[in-house]
Amino acid sequence: MKLSDLPLHSAAIVVDVADLSADDRVGRRLRELGFVVDEPVKVVAKGPFGAEPLLIQIGFTRFALRRAEADRVQVRTA
Amino acid sequence: MSGLLIAPISIVLVGNPNCGKTALFNQLTGARQKVANFAGVTVERKEGSFTAPSGRTIKVLDLPGAYSLDALGPDEIITRDVCMGKVAEVGAPDVIVCVADATNLRLNLRFVLEIRKLGRPMVLALNMMDAAHKRGIHIDQDRLQALLGIPVIQTVAIAGGGAKHLIEHIDTQSIEAPKIAPTERDVHLEVRDILNAAVTMPSFTAKIDDQLDGVLLNPVFGLPILALLMFVVFQAVFAWATPLMDGIEGLFGWAAEMVRAHMPEGLLQSFIADAMISGVGSVLVFLPQILILFFFILVLEESGYLPRAAFLLDTLMARAGLTGRAFIPLLSSFACAIPGVMATRSIHDIRDRLTTIMIAPLMTCSARLPVYALLIAAFIPERQVWGVLSFQGLVLFGLYIAGILSALIVAWVMKLLRTDKSPAMLLMELPSYRLPNPRNLALGLWERAGIFMRRITGVIFAANTLLWVLATFPRAPANATQPAIDYSFAGMIGHAIEPIFRPIGFTWEICIALIPGMAAREVAVSALGTVYAISGSEDAVANQLQATVAAQWSLATGFSLLAWYIFAPQCLSTLAVIRRETNSWKFVGITAGYLFALAYLASFLTYSVTKMVTG
Repeated sequence: MKLSDLPLHSAAIVVDVADLSADDRVGRRLRELGFVVDEPVKVVAKGPFGAEPLLIQIGFTRFALRRAEADRVQVRTA
Repeated sequence: MSGLLIAPISIVLVGNPNCGKTALFNQLTGARQKVANFAGVTVERKEGSFTAPSGRTIKVLDLPGAYSLDALGPDEIITRDVCMGKVAEVGAPDVIVCVADATNLRLNLRFVLEIRKLGRPMVLALNMMDAAHKRGIHIDQDRLQALLGIPVIQTVAIAGGGAKHLIEHIDTQSIEAPKIAPTERDVHLEVRDILNAAVTMPSFTAKIDDQLDGVLLNPVFGLPILALLMFVVFQAVFAWATPLMDGIEGLFGWAAEMVRAHMPEGLLQSFIADAMISGVGSVLVFLPQILILFFFILVLEESGYLPRAAFLLDTLMARAGLTGRAFIPLLSSFACAIPGVMATRSIHDIRDRLTTIMIAPLMTCSARLPVYALLIAAFIPERQVWGVLSFQGLVLFGLYIAGILSALIVAWVMKLLRTDKSPAMLLMELPSYRLPNPRNLALGLWERAGIFMRRITGVIFAANTLLWVLATFPRAPANATQPAIDYSFAGMIGHAIEPIFRPIGFTWEICIALIPGMAAREVAVSALGTVYAISGSEDAVANQLQATVAAQWSLATGFSLLAWYIFAPQCLSTLAVIRRETNSWKFVGITAGYLFALAYLASFLTYSVTKMVTG
């Protein structure tokens, strides 16, 4: 499933981070920030408007991602 | 004398954002810091130096935080280029000090490995060791050192002496390039192996972060808490600053009086009293507000709340084509657009940043308040609305809202006009909450106040001199019947541009007052006083002027000037700081042009409608 569809606070594992275009700087940056295969991940908060942005816990770090950014990340529930 | 024989060393600090790098820089260099820009870009260049125990001088450059050498944005490009020794004005650093947050090594180590690949002399500073201990994180320093092939040194940037070992090491050891040859192994796997071998970690995050985020980012309570915080900040900015502002005004007024009393009357006296003292004072008076505002922004920044505010507001701002990060610059602009424009440096996307700079002048700055106060008192009847609200207060509130709405519309139009439609990134780290450190707060405040003072004094002084010349020469004839300013260049310009402003109801007196009002918006009030030949203390001028204006201007003219000041394009200091931050005259022209066009349009509509209604 997509990271952006993951329910709040449920533990998941990253399966894939796909680029949306040939030179996808968001995809590249996500991988640099630690969104790589087998990494545990969870959604810890959602923004007040349209449940956006998402606050994602990956490793020891929290990142705010817009849904369009988070859509690159595929996860499976752990 | 041995100090003279030991060669100085230059070091650079690099690391992820939020790794405590700037605190370490403050710890190393104290107040001996210089903040400038890298040539040709608006990336901040923070430098300092200190003397090591051996007497050796160590020069320190604090590079902008970066996540990767695969750089996004001007900040990361500078960091990359300096590390690679490609920036001529800096040269290749002798030692790269890579700073890593010991509580977040999983993220930070990846960048350390990337820096290590450069093959330059480097050390790793494991920062925030105190926080790591508290959270029960154990790091095997020797093991880590062996695995990384570089010296690893523990630091606590926020405690006195917390950088002692780092200083010692740089001072006494010869630091070499990493002993491990770069491999083609996946960097994430390497990080995982290193962490497994050298770090034990009881839990993933600090509990306190989970609890605080649960409340502060709560979908229901998050926004009200933010609103409450902002309310407190604004109360403080406007209430606490008042005595200080009165003090500064009093001081400059007194100084100008002293000059008038003790210098022979004439041009020199007028220049010193009017152009120099009163002119600079009219802008310096905002310094207390700006410092209080900066203080709160620094506290919010240091505590980790600021990115949370951006998180809460991002979607709302994105609809107008902005980012959540634009929130702070725009908030600052309510005190003054100058610090607001300066604060846009935290916005990484260049398009978002330019849009934010462009709309910052639409936030009602405190310099407009004296003008609003004069016009509202003169033209808006004081009566109660629904028994409790003041009608005058409502009008003032409406003027603030009008500014904010126009800003959102302008940002939205800018979004439509963009040629590059690729969505901007948010992708923002929300760091752990921290108690702000007083020393870092003080240094941060000192640095920003310094920048503000340096930015404004030159521009303001030049502008005031020019305006003084315009308002003083040619001098009035001996048998003058009109106020002296009427005979000056400013008077001529006022009369000359009056036809342009006639359709929006401005009298020639207003046109003249707009010219000195270019130095700072509120100067227009005292300039009107000059034009109507009212003299005396400031309060007396304001009172008399209110009566004069109410008697001489039509309601439509008064409203029209109010509408003009929502946009008020004529602040030279704002335009000057936009020029500095964007390095582009074209952009200054666009901003001034659109502000002027909107001001004219709004005034024209206001004037026409009011005239129709009032006959």
